[in-house]
Amino acid sequence: MKKLQKADYIKMYSYMLKIRRFEERAAQLYGMGKIGGFCHLYIGQEAVVVGILMTIDKNDSVVTTYRDHGHMIARGLDPKRIMAELTGREDGYSAGKGGSMHMFSKENNFYGGHGIVGAQVPIGTGIAFTHKYNGEKNICRTYIGDGAMNNGQVFEAFNLAALWKLPVLYIIENNKYGMGTSVDRAAAGLDLYKRGEAFGIPGEKVDGMNVFSVIEAADKAGKYVREGNGPYIIEVQTYRYRGHSMSDPAKYRTKEELDNYKQTDPIEIVKAEILKKKIATNDEIEKINKDTLEEIKIAAEFATNSPFPNDSELYTDVYL
Amino acid sequence: MSTEILMPALSPTMTEGNLSKWLIKKGDNVKAGDLIAEIETDKATMEVEAVDEGVVLDLLFDEGEANIPVNKAIAIIGDPNEKVEVKKESPEEKVIEEKKIEKNIEKKIESKKDQIIDTPSPKIEKDINLSSEEITMRQALRDTMAEEMRKDNKVFILGEEVAEYQGAYKVTQDLLQEFGKERVIDTPISEHGFTGLAVGAAFKGLRPILEFMTFNFSMQAIDQIINSAAKTLYMSGGQINCPIVFRGPNGAAAQVAAQHSQDFSSWYSQVPGLKVIAPSTPYNAKGLLRSAITDPNPVIFLENEILYGLKGRVNNDINFSIPIGKANIEKEGKDLTIVTYSIMLQKSKEAASRLKDQYNIDAEIIDLQTLRPLDKETILNSVKKTNRLITVEESWPFGSVGSEIANIVQRDAFDYLDSPVIKVNSADVPMPYSLSLEKLYLPQVNDIIDAAKKVSYIK
Repeated sequence: MKKLQKADYIKMYSYMLKIRRFEERAAQLYGMGKIGGFCHLYIGQEAVVVGILMTIDKNDSVVTTYRDHGHMIARGLDPKRIMAELTGREDGYSAGKGGSMHMFSKENNFYGGHGIVGAQVPIGTGIAFTHKYNGEKNICRTYIGDGAMNNGQVFEAFNLAALWKLPVLYIIENNKYGMGTSVDRAAAGLDLYKRGEAFGIPGEKVDGMNVFSVIEAADKAGKYVREGNGPYIIEVQTYRYRGHSMSDPAKYRTKEELDNYKQTDPIEIVKAEILKKKIATNDEIEKINKDTLEEIKIAAEFATNSPFPNDSELYTDVYL
Repeated sequence: MSTEILMPALSPTMTEGNLSKWLIKKGDNVKAGDLIAEIETDKATMEVEAVDEGVVLDLLFDEGEANIPVNKAIAIIGDPNEKVEVKKESPEEKVIEEKKIEKNIEKKIESKKDQIIDTPSPKIEKDINLSSEEITMRQALRDTMAEEMRKDNKVFILGEEVAEYQGAYKVTQDLLQEFGKERVIDTPISEHGFTGLAVGAAFKGLRPILEFMTFNFSMQAIDQIINSAAKTLYMSGGQINCPIVFRGPNGAAAQVAAQHSQDFSSWYSQVPGLKVIAPSTPYNAKGLLRSAITDPNPVIFLENEILYGLKGRVNNDINFSIPIGKANIEKEGKDLTIVTYSIMLQKSKEAASRLKDQYNIDAEIIDLQTLRPLDKETILNSVKKTNRLITVEESWPFGSVGSEIANIVQRDAFDYLDSPVIKVNSADVPMPYSLSLEKLYLPQVNDIIDAAKKVSYIK
């Protein structure tokens, strides 16, 4: 693996922080009634998507679930336009027609944002199929929640991907709960990464609170897939600090459990590493914090000032 | 005692077969289980085993003879030592016997098809590119896919048994040989998975043709069709389109009962983002499938198994297409309008011809061709002329395509109607297995005639 440069550490820290500040602001706007519907926050899981980001090629494709804000930020998309989609405005990535769960950016090879649990898995497999069909060296990273790992189409997709040696990297984000049901009450057999074994798909379990572990695993898995060996599964052990969605009080878990995970906060781990390696000073870190807060504040202002879509937009984009 | 070996029915829709090869000869001693002949059906060539034992006394058809009706005697076996009466039929007896067989077959197929050859409407006969040769609907579909695959290598086909098996209904015959396994792809039996995969491939720019062995199995995949294929263009604010064709046989085949006989036309027609097409002849199958494959949106292409063998003349221009969203006035008339689609076109034509002969009613027939977007204009113009409307379709009655047409017509042409709109549909029950009940379930020519009489106030 390529050695991480100083700039990489700063990039990781900035992106993870940006995701967290974005999500906190989204929660605030939700509370103010500026964001409606379902809104699923990524706080606590930032190391997963940022770790993967460090190994990605810009022509690689990404597809994920409805908990997608972090994935878009990590893809380099504009927080202003992401937030504007959350507020349902015309400057949003889906022009206000998709909302939090259904966002896309074709030019950045980001294929959603899918609201149906498990549906993105065959779709990501099909995007990988296209990379192979076109003779491209790119791969499709397909994110899966632990809840979807009990959904039939996921295994149909695993079978197809292994059968046809498709360049797809499956990333299971195991945040311990499918809505309010803990993994051990939903999955028979808790090693989700082993669920490709019957198809001959290698799998690996990774500490998802530690971005360095994620990078290492993602790099190895990415190479395996890119070299034409077929699919690969990474199960990332992570944790969401918030409820399933904004309306979920998360009474199914204890405060102790949450506090315990906060002890290994992914952002703090990177920060400590930066300070230890003397990559940046405390003051420099503070500046990043301040700039990030400001960037997200501007995004929120943009998103609340952007106009609602024109009424005539109701009938556009049904057919091309 | 001698026993007749009859031409067997080797598929639910087989009505006649070709004797490709005898595997026995006169004088052979045949045991139960021995292979006796190779029979070519509408779908495949299959070997037939003996069920009775004895010496082959006579072979009644030569190798290569075609179109031998199901249940017709093809050979006689028996004990050569017995005084054999190989029943030599007198000419009259032969006629009677043939009539009996034909009647049996007629009875068997009446519920399925009224005509084997499509008589093209006068408008189509004027098409200067009309082929002299008649081809089947399955050939028309196959040829169109091949033509489009030659033009654009982003077009590929996937589905169960489409490649090595040559298609469960032979619609993809020889495509594997021409285009190779990268573009003609056999899938496992996992509709949900491979449909999602094909939708993802379409999002990424390929143009998949996905064959459902039958549309009954599309229910396994309907989430991907509706929630992913149909809605993503909208949900992405116009960024991501899904150029895919979902095709395969829809509706009743023949005695395959409730889980394998269902018409999904109104299900899919309800969904914004989908286009829905239901061809009725080889001619429009070619033109419509080309439009479907080249369309940038997801298209549901509802074929019909019974119609696969329907023969007719086609336009062989490799760029010939029929626009989506345009109905065809199959027959002009002035007394009442019959709006129909898919297999019910043939029954409607038969009904119209009898209505003319028996009641001097001159019916106009509109073949919808596309169900979504619906060609309201053609329907309304016709109703404004005839003042009477019946809809004829194979689907269940509740919330059918005909229901929506009735709604549109009462709303937009209320003052032109001289009678209530009458819908002819299948029975509102799951499809039964038994031949007699199946016939009752499906709309028949007489049902159409009765509806026409009702809207015309004829007792």
